[in-house]
Amino acid sequence: MRSLKIIFAVLGKDLRLEWRNRETLASVCVFGILVVFLFNFAFEPGREESLRLLPGLLWIAFAFAGVLCFNRSFALERENACLEGMALAPVDPGLVYLGKMLANLIFLGIAEGVIVFAASLWYNFSFVPSLKWFALITFLCTVGYVAVGTTFGAVAANLHMREVLLPVLQFPVALPIFIAGIEASTGALKGDPPSSYTSWIKLAAGIAVIFIVLSYLLFEYVLEE
Amino acid sequence: MPSDTPPPVRVSLELRNVSKYYGDLAALVGAQLRVGPGDAILLYGPNGAGKTTLLRLLATVARPSEGEVLFHGKNVRQHAAAAKAAIGFVSHSTFLYGDLTVRENLEFSGTLFGLPEAEKQIAAALEFFALQDRAHTPVRKLSRGLQQRVSLARALLHEPKFLVLDEPFTGLDAATVATLETLMRQLPDQGRTVVFSTHDFARGAALARRLVRLEAGRIRYDGPVEGRSQDSGVRGPDYTKALILNPES
Repeated sequence: MRSLKIIFAVLGKDLRLEWRNRETLASVCVFGILVVFLFNFAFEPGREESLRLLPGLLWIAFAFAGVLCFNRSFALERENACLEGMALAPVDPGLVYLGKMLANLIFLGIAEGVIVFAASLWYNFSFVPSLKWFALITFLCTVGYVAVGTTFGAVAANLHMREVLLPVLQFPVALPIFIAGIEASTGALKGDPPSSYTSWIKLAAGIAVIFIVLSYLLFEYVLEE
Repeated sequence: MPSDTPPPVRVSLELRNVSKYYGDLAALVGAQLRVGPGDAILLYGPNGAGKTTLLRLLATVARPSEGEVLFHGKNVRQHAAAAKAAIGFVSHSTFLYGDLTVRENLEFSGTLFGLPEAEKQIAAALEFFALQDRAHTPVRKLSRGLQQRVSLARALLHEPKFLVLDEPFTGLDAATVATLETLMRQLPDQGRTVVFSTHDFARGAALARRLVRLEAGRIRYDGPVEGRSQDSGVRGPDYTKALILNPES
C-alpha cells in the first residue's frame, strides 16, 4: 500500500508539474507532428506507399519524441537537485523509478496518439480496421521504450552534453523494441493475420518486462552521484 | 589525524576510515568521525577542505570510495531506509520543485517520508518558519532566503534524529537566523544531533559543542569547541594585508 502511495506521489507530482507549465507535451507533440508533416511532403505517398512507410515513420517520430520527453522529465529533477532530494527519502528507489516511468508513459502515450492522428489525416490512412492490434503493439513497445528511456534519462541527467548523450546511450539498448514495433506494426496495418506477427508482440512484451525489472533493481545506483 | 581524542559517545552515525575521490581529486581522506545523540558539531575549514563531501556522506547521498558509513554500528547501505528516516539534510541545493507551491513541496516530502500526521506536521513547519502566508506560492517566486526557509522546513518535517546542515544560514534574514540558532541549540538537548558547516566561525562556535576542523580533505582536529580559536588554516588578515602591500607575494 505504501509502495503504491510512493509511486502515485511521484506520478502525481510529475503530472502536476506538467499541468503547470505544459512544456513536455507541447514540445513532444509539435515535434512529432512536424516529422509526420515533413515526411508527407518529402514522399507524397499513395496508399500503398503509405502502408510501406508509415510503421517506420511512426516509430522514428515516437523514438525522437521519447528522447525529448525523457530529457524534459529529468530537466525538472535536475533543477535544485530534486532527484537527490528524493534519494534522501527512506523509499525504495525502484518506486521512484516506477512513478517517473508511469509519468513518461502517459506523456509519450498522449504524444503518440496525437502523432497517429496527424498521420491518419496527412496520409489519408485509416487506422480503425487494425486499431486493436496496432494499439496493443504500440502500447507494449512504448512501455519497453519508456522503461529504457526513464533509466537512461536519469543517468544522463547529471552529464554534460546530456541532450546528445541520451539518444546515443539509449538507442542501441532500445533497438530490439523499435525493430519489434516496426515489424509488428507493418503486419497489423497491412491487415495480415495476427499469427504472422504475434512473435514480435511477444518479443516486445518480453523486452518490456526485462527492462522494467532491471531498471527497478538498478535505479538505486542511478540515483547516487 | 585528529589532534585530540574525541569524547566517548554512544555511536549512532560513524564514518570509519572513509575516503572520497572524484576522479583524481581526493575530496576526503581517511575520515574517522563518530556522531552520537546530543552532539552539536561544527565542521570548519577553508573552501575545498571536504566539509560538503563529509556532510553528504553523513546524509547518505554520497557513497564512500573507501571505508564505511555506519548507522547504529551497521553499514548504512544495508539499513538505508532506517538511516534515511533518521536524517534531515539541508544542502546548497534546496531540493524543491520551482513550479510546486511551498505546501505541495512539503506534502510531497511528507509522503516520501511516510509521515503519520502529515497535515499537522506541515502546519507546524510552516508556522515555525513563518511561511503560512507563502504556503500557496510557487517556490520559484520566492526569494533565495525564503527558499532556504522552505528547505529547512522540508529537512525538519520528519523530525530527524540527525540534522545535517551545509551552510544553513545562507540567504536567511536576521529573524530566521535567530529562529534557526534557537532550534540548533534546543535539538541537542532533546537528544538529537546537529552537524553543520559555516564560514562564520564565531556563530558556529557559539552553537556547537564540538569542533571538527578539516583541511585538504583530512580531519585535523576533533574535540571540544571551548577555547578554540579560528585556527582553521585559512590565511587571515595578516596575509590579506601583505597581499595588498605586495601583490606578488
